[in-house]
Amino acid sequence: MSKAAEGRPIQPSAPGGAAAIGRPAIRTEGLSKDFTLHLQGGIRIPVLRDVDLAVAPGECVALAGPSGAGKSTLMRCLYGNYGAGSGHVWVRHDGREVDITSADAREVLAVRRDTLGYVSQFLRVIPRVPTQRIVAEPLMARGAPADQAMAQAAALLARLNLPAALHGLPPATFSGGEQQRVNLARGFAPGYPVLLLDEPTASLDAANREVVVALIAEAKRAGTAIIGIFHDTEVRDRVADRLFEVAPMQDAA
Amino acid sequence: MSALMRASGLQLHFGKVAALDDVALEIHPGEVVAIVGESGSGKTTLLRVLAGMMAPQQGRVLYDGQDVHAMGEAARRGLMRSDWGFVHQNPRDGLRLRVSAGGNVGERLMAAGARHYGNIRAEATEWLKRVEIDPARIDDMPQTFSGGMQQRLQIARTLVTRPRLVFMDEPTGGLDVSVQARLLDLIRALVAELGLAVLIVTHDIAAARLLAHRMLVMRHGQVVEQGLTDRVLDDPQHPYTQLLVSSVLAA
Amino acid sequence: MTEAGYNFGYLDENTKRMIRRALLQAVALPGYQVPFGSREMPLPYGWGTGGIQVTASIIGADDTLKVIDQGADDTTNAVSIRRFFNRVTGVATTDRTAEATIIQTRHRVPEMTLREGQVLVYQVPMPEPLFRLEPRVAETKRMHALADYGLMHVKLYEDIARHGAVTTSYNYPVLVNRRYLMSPSPIPAFDNPKLDRMPALQLFGAGREKRIYAVPPYTEVKSLDFEDHPFKPARADAACVICGSRASYLDELIVDDGGKRHFVCSDTDYCASRPPLQEAAE
Repeated sequence: MSKAAEGRPIQPSAPGGAAAIGRPAIRTEGLSKDFTLHLQGGIRIPVLRDVDLAVAPGECVALAGPSGAGKSTLMRCLYGNYGAGSGHVWVRHDGREVDITSADAREVLAVRRDTLGYVSQFLRVIPRVPTQRIVAEPLMARGAPADQAMAQAAALLARLNLPAALHGLPPATFSGGEQQRVNLARGFAPGYPVLLLDEPTASLDAANREVVVALIAEAKRAGTAIIGIFHDTEVRDRVADRLFEVAPMQDAA
Repeated sequence: MSALMRASGLQLHFGKVAALDDVALEIHPGEVVAIVGESGSGKTTLLRVLAGMMAPQQGRVLYDGQDVHAMGEAARRGLMRSDWGFVHQNPRDGLRLRVSAGGNVGERLMAAGARHYGNIRAEATEWLKRVEIDPARIDDMPQTFSGGMQQRLQIARTLVTRPRLVFMDEPTGGLDVSVQARLLDLIRALVAELGLAVLIVTHDIAAARLLAHRMLVMRHGQVVEQGLTDRVLDDPQHPYTQLLVSSVLAA
Repeated sequence: MTEAGYNFGYLDENTKRMIRRALLQAVALPGYQVPFGSREMPLPYGWGTGGIQVTASIIGADDTLKVIDQGADDTTNAVSIRRFFNRVTGVATTDRTAEATIIQTRHRVPEMTLREGQVLVYQVPMPEPLFRLEPRVAETKRMHALADYGLMHVKLYEDIARHGAVTTSYNYPVLVNRRYLMSPSPIPAFDNPKLDRMPALQLFGAGREKRIYAVPPYTEVKSLDFEDHPFKPARADAACVICGSRASYLDELIVDDGGKRHFVCSDTDYCASRPPLQEAAE
């Protein structure tokens, strides 16, 4: 399947910026998504229809559109957390394109380990695992030595102004802002080639927002393709190279 | 990478009741696969068939290319005390209650031919620490342990010989919620550290989410849905999976 | 002369044939417990009904029989079994180990090295060495079939963990011919080394449990142990007050109300065959 995908042109929605030149790091092709609620008499709720989005290495695209338009659904489809009704999500991984919608579970996990990062709005807390370790785990999963991964995790947490005293504690009792910073550190630490950010600054103060803006800028310079949902338009305008409109579907079939 | 275990076309009927109806499954090295479903869905039967404890009426289970049900009991028991491990829901089924904690952990080593008391004891001490049991209790009987400790002891006893594939049948079943969390975290850490392949039967969706890479949903002896754990739980397709997920409080 | 009304050896010929078949199978599979149709005997279980049936099945008119109980020829059990065989076979009996062709024993192996052609018949209360560890009979059979004996080492491990040493001092488990785990019957562990490569044939009969097993001559019999806790046959660190032996297995006797202890040879024939100690100058 990756052979057929080789050499396809970049989607026309890509702007002419220098960063967009080259093969996309992630792209969708006719991506559609409905939900069928079997417990509610089988009603179908269409959310996405024929989405074509391509993001190049080093580019940051912000998803735009009203609340409920399906921005978060699109993000989850890109990550493979939601399946697709039809269409494809191609991620450049290990020298080829992998279709997240149809790859088997083990391959999706390999893509997530090495290529595709996702910072959700909420931290899924794992009982008893200390903060520093939560951040270091993705690094170790990719083969980094434990001490090096832990050091890197500590540095990033410190940069996000999370006091060192908290690094050894599980984040279950942290405030929303603290948990979000843990989540951000976990997402940014490995330097994924593709990074999905869902409201990364929602519960952060001004100082930490600046840190996130800087992290995004650094990631872009390092060639990371970023897709984000930013309610904070000031942050959005500073980091995004362009907007991608996600239009609400009008009628439920 | 080839599968560690591969089952196909499994059929097992008890009278009119289909415990297994054309079930297929693969598990790869280092992979954690959860089998979820309500009581009577066939998940425990599936586990027992895969572990060679019960024969299917049709279909095959291959482990490392060998037919588990054709290999003979001696070979199967050999696997059960070397390459495989089985963690029972009730620790009493997996422990020797009249043998000390150290003896319980050491048994698999001795079955595998270990004949040096000092080494066996050192290894048992090490494993008690790993499952967070005070090594000072090495000579205590499991009967004097709490349910959570007994279950951790059973896990130590199972993992001491570094199996490649571990079957777990509702390992957190009869435990208090707070005790469950600790046990799950311990299993999660050990599995990752040892690179174990695990087949875990559970009706605890949260446990499956925490531990499993992949998930199978069973109902009436059939696998109605399977795939990436978070996709099955967050975007369930089958009506039964939707019911299962919606019945859980904040999994 | 056989007492009137009894077949030679008390058992009928068909029963003896059945038991001999079991014995042949037992000899062919050293250490393996062969089931047999144990008969009611004219004495209760626990008094050697298994050993008596084995002896009755192999004894011939020209045999010489010795019977010991805890090493002694003159205790109740030994005396009554010897008299029983004398009445139902008329064969010669003896106290002398060297003269006997068949020695039936309860809980001891004679001190004297046995020779080819002799048969040692053990009375066995519980033939299954795993029975205290694994209560399910079907499971113990499976363990024997698959030589899955880790559990027996668990027992030894438990001994060392609790007492610092293997405290099993009798009925100490052995591995026969590197294959079957076997109970040597409740002989002292001190006797275990005598079983190893013994020139005589060893037959074991358990009447209540209906099992027969055997160790053919010159078969390896190894007491289980750990590399760092090797098997050590133990005996009281004393000398026999009668013959002065420091090599034989000793019984402890309390000889007065003050708790004064004496040690004497458990094997009465061995003790009697040695020159008595000269009483210390008194």
